[in-house]
Order: sequence, then structure tokens, then C-alpha cells
Amino acid sequence: MSMKEKLQKIREEALERIQSSDGLEQLNDVRVAYLGKKGQLTAVLKGMKDVAAEERPAVGQLVNDTRAHIEDFLEETKARMEQILQEERLREEVIDVTLPAAKMETGHRHPNTIALEEVQRIFIGMGYEVVEGPEVEYDLYNFTNLNIPEDHPAKDEQDTFYISKDIVLRTQTSPVQARVMEQGKLPIRMIAPGRVFRSDEVDATHSPSFHQIEGLVVDKNITFADLKGTLEGFARQLFGPETETKFRPHHFPFTEPSAEVDVSCFKCKGSGCRFCKGSGWIEILGCGMVHPHVLEMCGIDPEEYTGFAFGVGLERIALLKYEIDDMRLLYENDVRFLRQF
Amino acid sequence: MNTSLSWIKMYVPDLDVTAQGYSDAMTLSGTKVEGYQRLDADLENIVVGQIKKIEKHPDADKLIVCQVDVGQEQPVQIVTGAPNVKEGDKIPVVLDGGRVAGGHDGKVTPGGIKIKKGKLRGVDSSGMMCSIEELGSSREMYPEAPEYGIYIFEDDVPVGGDAVKILGLDDVIFEYEITSNRVDCYSVVGIAREAAATFGKEFKPPVVKAVGNQEDAADYIRVTVEDEQLCPRYCARVVKNVKLGPSPKWMQRCLAANGIRPINNLVDITNYVMEEYGQPMHAYDLDTIEDAHIVVRRAEQGEEFVTLDGQTRIMDEDVLMICDGRKPVGVAGIMGGENSMITDQVKTVLFEAACFDGANIRKSAKRIGLRTDASGKFEKGLDPNNAQAAIDRACQLMEELGAGEVVGGMVDVYAQKREPVRVRFEPEKINALLGTDISKEEMLKFLDKVALRYEESTGEIVAPTFRQDIHCMADLAEEVARFYGYDKISTTLPTGEATTGRISFKQRIEQVARDVAEYCGFSQGMCYSFESPKVFDRLRLPEECPKRRAIRILNPLGEDFSIMRTLSVNGMLTSLATNHNRRNKNVGLYELGNVYLPKELPLQELPDERMQFTLGMYGKGDFYTMKGVVEEFFEKAGMRKKPVYEPSTLYPYLHPGRQAVVCYEGKEVAYLGEVHPAVAASYGIGERAYLAVVDIPSVLGFAGFDYKYEGIARYPAVTRDISMVVPKDVLAGQIESVIAQRGGKILEDLSLFDIYEGKQIKAGYKSMAYSVTLRAKDRTLEEKDVSAVMKKILHGLEGLGIELRS
Repeated sequence: MSMKEKLQKIREEALERIQSSDGLEQLNDVRVAYLGKKGQLTAVLKGMKDVAAEERPAVGQLVNDTRAHIEDFLEETKARMEQILQEERLREEVIDVTLPAAKMETGHRHPNTIALEEVQRIFIGMGYEVVEGPEVEYDLYNFTNLNIPEDHPAKDEQDTFYISKDIVLRTQTSPVQARVMEQGKLPIRMIAPGRVFRSDEVDATHSPSFHQIEGLVVDKNITFADLKGTLEGFARQLFGPETETKFRPHHFPFTEPSAEVDVSCFKCKGSGCRFCKGSGWIEILGCGMVHPHVLEMCGIDPEEYTGFAFGVGLERIALLKYEIDDMRLLYENDVRFLRQF
Repeated sequence: MNTSLSWIKMYVPDLDVTAQGYSDAMTLSGTKVEGYQRLDADLENIVVGQIKKIEKHPDADKLIVCQVDVGQEQPVQIVTGAPNVKEGDKIPVVLDGGRVAGGHDGKVTPGGIKIKKGKLRGVDSSGMMCSIEELGSSREMYPEAPEYGIYIFEDDVPVGGDAVKILGLDDVIFEYEITSNRVDCYSVVGIAREAAATFGKEFKPPVVKAVGNQEDAADYIRVTVEDEQLCPRYCARVVKNVKLGPSPKWMQRCLAANGIRPINNLVDITNYVMEEYGQPMHAYDLDTIEDAHIVVRRAEQGEEFVTLDGQTRIMDEDVLMICDGRKPVGVAGIMGGENSMITDQVKTVLFEAACFDGANIRKSAKRIGLRTDASGKFEKGLDPNNAQAAIDRACQLMEELGAGEVVGGMVDVYAQKREPVRVRFEPEKINALLGTDISKEEMLKFLDKVALRYEESTGEIVAPTFRQDIHCMADLAEEVARFYGYDKISTTLPTGEATTGRISFKQRIEQVARDVAEYCGFSQGMCYSFESPKVFDRLRLPEECPKRRAIRILNPLGEDFSIMRTLSVNGMLTSLATNHNRRNKNVGLYELGNVYLPKELPLQELPDERMQFTLGMYGKGDFYTMKGVVEEFFEKAGMRKKPVYEPSTLYPYLHPGRQAVVCYEGKEVAYLGEVHPAVAASYGIGERAYLAVVDIPSVLGFAGFDYKYEGIARYPAVTRDISMVVPKDVLAGQIESVIAQRGGKILEDLSLFDIYEGKQIKAGYKSMAYSVTLRAKDRTLEEKDVSAVMKKILHGLEGLGIELRS
């Protein structure tokens, strides 16, 4: 048999075996049987020394062609088989995507904090600095410097916890105003969130400890119109762009003129519901122009500077916004409650 | 403070407004209406009827059949069981289809009860005769009504007339929230003045005429005020030949609408004037006043006195007493004495209208535990100039109502007359403060409406003494603003120098704490700042423990809320216990809150308020889980060095063998551990629980957000495992510090991958295996580098008594 015939035969046999091989393993056996170190084609190559020198290039070419042919077919078949296998595997690997998720067990933020962060975000955006003050506070800052002298009825109204004659648990975050003004760095734009205390028994709407957010702006040419604009913007950011605000005259010892602010009920949009007790409005904060006497006591010239201040009850916002019906839930720390935020 | 609409209309006759309209407008001009009640809300189709004929019911002993003239062509037939009616009586009748407010038991039915014609025991009955209770009121307010039965009118009312109107039930009661600065609005006259100004109507206050005979009150009574500080003014007038009797209906209606029960003409007049002028008055039986002398003085310490209500009360030196020549007859501004009480036998009455120091009255009322309507008014600090108007008004009413003969003159002790306050009128400053452009004339118009008069010659606004809230330009600005309308002031934003919005570094660190705790599965709790001193025993703190030195609240809500916490763990343990009780599984909580550490007790200066980041958990996880959270926090807060954990027994509420103090760069910054089983049990946490407390002020010095990129390793690492048999008392921390120290610069990482104590290991030892990763930044490590370092490490470990395993 000529070399040529021999190669022809190897090729046909090889292709035949590739064709009929069943799986990647058999295919590999074919590769080894023909192209491996001890394979048939390799053996032919070893027999080249017996071929006449002038025929060698031609035969060599033929061997290479045959090899390439077999290799190509092998690769092609392998790729096809692999694709079939993969398709099979994918079919087998179908899962039920509606099975429950593997829950990432992360914790939950307290609703007070969520509400506070919202309020902070709004005021930081308007250039306000967030400052803090002591919770155990001098009577001087909590009352006297805020225009609430000894014997003022407001001292009784606020049901103060006393530590000593001169030291109280702060009944409001307003003393932070006095502290910041006293430092004399003007202009001031600040909010002061924090814990405050009043001797109210615990019930669904009262707690002896709760949180307020105080706001203060002192600069030249600050007006009541600025106060209105600022708080209107705040209310719209917090409760939605449709929110209306209503300023009602009120009295606080440390502001003049003073106001209480109602927002249109975000639940019923003002038509009256359980949340707004049918009035369409919800009271959310107290505010006013800083009393000139307060500015003076804190070392700021009221002829040159004016300012406004406001105070928001954080729990009030949280309870309203998240529809929490009992204040006690905020301090029980039951995870079934906390996990809802 | 309440008023009826009809009473307001007595002084603002042109007022024509709905209840809602009144409520809204008054609130917007600064007199906040909390709510209102229309007395006739559920009364419909009720007229005056007259009983023409009464017959017995044929089939019922207790019923009668009445023919009632209701002003229509034909009388209506009404069957009733009422025992008190007779022919000729004029009575309120609700006609067929009308409504009444409730049953005659006094129970009010929301929405009212509709009355329809029907049959009663077979006899037609059209409509119903009404008791005062069915009309939504009570005998308290209508004392002339019978105890049980139909209300019977006086004879002069017109048949067919509107019964609701005749009874004065066509009225609205408003409830106001008056702010403490507007003392003048604790009176009907004060509110009426505001109403007139709000609606632009004429204000017609009562015209007080000086009445009295030719005699002089000074011949009847002498007044000495010993403490002018506490009693700036004392007015006394006398009425003789007093004739007690009921007061007129109109006065009774006014009082009833304000929730005051009519009693007799004398009492009703003092109450009426108190409501009308906001000035409490007191009436003494002059015959009980010894020596015809009133002395206003401080009580003696421990002085006993029996008040009108029959209670014996003990005074102290700060309580002001009204005395006669011999003995006390009343507690000033709070309550009169039993000994000078008006009785039915009274002949001559002494009226007192005084002004007392508000703060003193408030404190006295608190001290003797007696708050009355009068003290409630006095404690706000009344206008002394109002006292005279009130006492004259009372005398005028006494005379007008024929209740007695008024003696001329008034005894008036008024050392220092209060003068009106004057404030410079600066319209441009008012506009600058409000951000408005209101003309001077318009401002003056607003001010004038509430009796703030402009004095051209001085350029000042003169505030009458009843406006105790007007002191400066800002006060005038508020008056202008509220009548201009807060809603009309434009909305602008502050201009001027830009400022940077930001949170402080401490707040950022707290934010990191929240983020880390939450992504580690802990939810945020909040606990009270005050707790019970019993907590210390519960936490097993020894007697001498400095943490027991807590700040006490002088007036706590109770023992359980009486000290400011010095530790945050009680709140956390209580919260864990709450969850455990409620069968919540796998609970992790954190809290960011202050503890309050006094520098000295009793407190002279403010305490050290230290923010604590407290974590607590039970269920899934153990000590090392907690440790992982703490480390995660340190890392995210920019504390990249390895914290050192020292085994501790310092915290008695933690397991003595499972607690550690955490040090960072040699400073104690936190501690953690398993809750002591005895403590867990006492809180009712029935499983292992863990706590960690990070002292935020302590970490602030180490925390930071200054990151630096160090490149990604380019040369290969070499990993070597060290397997060893370690004496039991050698801590992983010791081994790690030897490896870290000896590994030097090329030590990249070390990690424990196996720890075992058991039978295969000899007694007193444990088996541990570490994987050590070495890498140089600038080259591929050669075998000799590696073996040199490993040799150093192994040598060091042997120094700890560790045996290396092959």
C-alpha cells in the first residue's frame, strides 16, 4: 500500500471514528489513537525515513494535510458535543425563581432617626450647620437667656425636671440657640436636634423624654417673610410639593412676632380625616423672629442683626409621617416594630 | 377660656358671622379657637306650646293625653308620661319630624334623636314635650327646671315662638387657647375687643356707671396692706341691705354658657364680673369682719386656716392672707375663709377686687394644694387698673338687679399706680422686621383697633396697662402683622453671606456606627436617659463602684425615673428582655445615647455627657460575632490598627470568663462580653446574650476618613502554616502579637484556621494552627527570606511554651 493510500485510509478511518464517537471521552481516545505520541499518524511520520528523499516533501505535505483535516474535524465535533452538553446542563439546571430569597439580615433604623435624617438633609442643603448642646443644662440657658425669667409662668407650663436650683434637664432644644449666639460667630444658620425632657407621664401621646429640632438663623436683614419662605420650603420638601402652610400668631417668650405653623394634611390633602381631626390641617412647629432681648442677652446687637428661630417636635413628625399610633412604641424597642422601617 | 357667641355679641353687636368663620378668623388674628360647640346642633323644630287640655289615657295609668296649642290652626295631640304638667303650662314642644339632643336621663345622642308621630298605647301622639336634658342641657345650667319632668316656661313667652331661642340655646360656645402673654384675653371683654378688631366691627364695652348712695365706704371699712409687693392694689366697696335671690335669666344663661352654675344674685354677679373683666372678686359678710378692718399680710409660719370648702390648710410665710382686725378671713387670691362666708342671713357685703403678685399666687396655690378659678386668673398677673372697673361694675349690677343698696365711695390702697407703657413707633423698622411694605397709616389703623393709640407729639404708641405684652418694636410688629394677616406676608429666603451646611465629625462617626450596626443586622433602639437606682443592684455593681454615683432628679416622675443613667446597659438589657418576653428570635439591637457622669455630687457644673454606642444581642451569634461588629465599626471609622483585647473581670454584669476590654493604641475605648447568667436571668433573658459598649468620645481621637491608596501587590505571596500545641493559658492574642512583631514588614496577613481542645491533645494544652502570609512589596520573596522570618516567628512562639508540630 502506498504511503498515499495508507494516509487516505487513516484519514477515512479517523473521520469515521470521530463521526461515530459517543461523547468527549471517546473523542479523546480517537485523538490519542491517531494524533498521540503513539498514534497512527505519528507512526507514519516515523516511517518517513523509508520514503525516498524526492518524495518526502510531497508525502510530508500529505501527512500534514491529513493531520490538519483530522484535527479540524476533531475540534469541530468537540465543539458541537460541548455545546450539546452545555445545553443539556442548562436544561437540567432550571430553578424555581419564585422560591424565597436568601434574606440579607440587616438591621433597621429607628423611625426617629429616619425622620431626623430627612429634616437634616433638607436644612444642610440650605446651608445649615447641625450642632448639639448638653441635655443636662443650666437654668440660665434653658430659661433666663431665652427671656423666661424666674417666676415666669412658662417655667411651670413646661413641667421642668430639676437637678438643682440652677441645673435642669433641658425642656427644649432652644438653649442651643443661646449657646451658639453667645459664641458670637455671625451669620448663624444652624439646626440643633436633640433629646428634651418634660415631666409628662408616659401614655400614647406623651413621653417624659422626646426629641426636638431647633433652628436658628441670625444675620443682617432677616425678615419674617424669610422665616415663612424657609419653613414653607421645608414643609414642601418633607411632606410633598403640594403641601400648604398656614402661619398662625402665637406666643413664645423668646420670639416676637411668633407663630405656630400648620401644614395641609398630607393624608387627606386638606379635605379632613382622622389624622387632622377633620380640620384639614396639622400643627407641626412653632417659630418666630428672635426676640431682641434674647439677641441682646446673647451679646448680639438687635439694631444691626435680626433672626428667626423655629422648633419642631421630632416624634410628632415621625408619628405623623409613618402613621405610628402610639408613642410608647418608640421606646419599647420591639424588633417587630423596628423592622417595619 | 370659653365664651358664648351671644356674650361676645353683647359687646360687638354688629358681629354677623358663622361659628366656623369666627373660629377661623379669630385663630388667624391670634386668638386661637380650639373648638366650638353649637348648643342647638341637634335641636330642630322646637316651639313653645301651651297645654290646653289634659285627659287620662284610656289604656295606661301613667300616661296622659294632652291637647297642645303650638301656634298653629289646630292644636296637636301629645301623649306623655311626664308627671309635672298641668293645663295652661307653656312648654317646649318638638314637632313631628324635629330633633332633640338626647334622652331625659341626660345622655346625649350624637346626631340627636328624630321625633316622629306615632301611637302610644293606641293613642295618636304627634311630637313630644321636652325636659331640659332632652334639649341637651341640664338643671345645673337651668336651675329653674324641674328635677324630673318637662321644662315649664314663664308665662310671658309667646305660644308658637322658637323655644330654642327663648332658652338661649341658639348659641355657640367657643373654647380658646389663650397664650400666657395675653392676660387681658382671659375675659369676655378682652376677647370681644379682639373679635371687633378682627372683623372690623365696633367694640362697645359695658358702660360702667359710678353708683352708690351718699355714704362713704371708708366709714364702713378700713384697709391696711402690709406687703405692697405682693398686693399692689386692694379695692373695697360695700353693699348694704342685701337681698339674696336668683339672678336674671340673661345672666344665668351667660354663666351657664361659660360652664358656671348659677347660684344666687350675689355669687352670680361676682362670677359674671370675673368672666367679663377677668378680675376675680370676693364677697365677705361685713358683719363677720372684726374691727371693720381688712389687713393684707403674710401668713405666719405654720398658721392654720379653714377655707370655704371646710378644709384646714397650713400656711407658711410666703402665703398672703386677708385678715380682719383679729384673724385671717381668706387666703389672698385663692379662697375665702369659712369664717367670713356669705350665708342666707347676710345683710351687708364687702366686695374685694385686688391685684396680687402672680408668681406668689401660683406658688402659694401649689404649696397649699388648692388651685381655684380665682388663683388661675391671679397667677397670670393682673392689671391693677382693671380692679376698679370690675368692682364698680359689680356694684352697678347689684343696684341694677336690685340686690342691695350700694354704699358710695371705694376704699383703694394703691401705692404705685401702674402707668401705660410707651413704645417708639418706627414703621420702617416694623417693615424691615416683617419683610413687608405697609404704610404708616395702615399700621396705625391696625394698632388703634386694639387700643394701641399713637401720640403724635412724642411719636410713641401708648399701650394701655391691660396690654402687659407690649414692650418694644417687635411687639408692635406682631400686632401689625396679625391684623395685616400673617398669610399676606410674602415668602422669601434669607439673603446674605452663604454658609456651609454640615454635620460635625462626631455626628459623622455616629452615622458610621449606625451604618455598621445595621448592616451587621442590629436595629436601632432608643432608651430613656433616666432610670431607677435599683438598676445598680440588678447589674451587680459593688457598693463602692463609682458608676453608682448618679445625678438625682429632684422631682422625678417616680423612683423608676429618678437618676440620670451612668451606664447604657440597663436600657439595652431591658429592651432585649422585652423582645425575649415577646418571643422574638435572634434579636440584635443598638443604641446611640448619652450617659451622664457627674464630676461631683451634688452637681455644681454640668456633667460629662458621653455618647455610648451600645450593642446587644441574643440568639444567633456569640462573643466573636459581637467582636466582629466592634472591629467592623473601628475599620469603617478609619481605625485601621489592630485593637488589643484584654481579658477582664471588671464588669460585674458580664460573664467573668467572657469579657474583654478593648484598647486602641493603648487607650481603653470599648468593652464587650457575654451577659452574666445571673443578670440575664434577673432581666428575664432566658438565653445567652451579649453586650458591647463603645465610648464614642474615646474613639473620636483615633477615627478619621483620611484614606491612602497603597497599591495592589505585584509580587507573589508565600503562605506558611504553623501548627502548634499551646499551653491552655496562652491567648491567641499573645501568639498573634509574637507573629506580628517577628513577621516584620513582610508579614501581610495571619489567620487562625484551626483550634482544638480534646482527647488527642495532652492535658493542659490546646492545638492551634495559623496560616501566615508573607509578601514583599518590591520583589519576589526568596526561600531564604521566608525561612529567616519563619525561624524568627517559631523561635518566638517557643518562648511562650508552645510546641511546634511537624
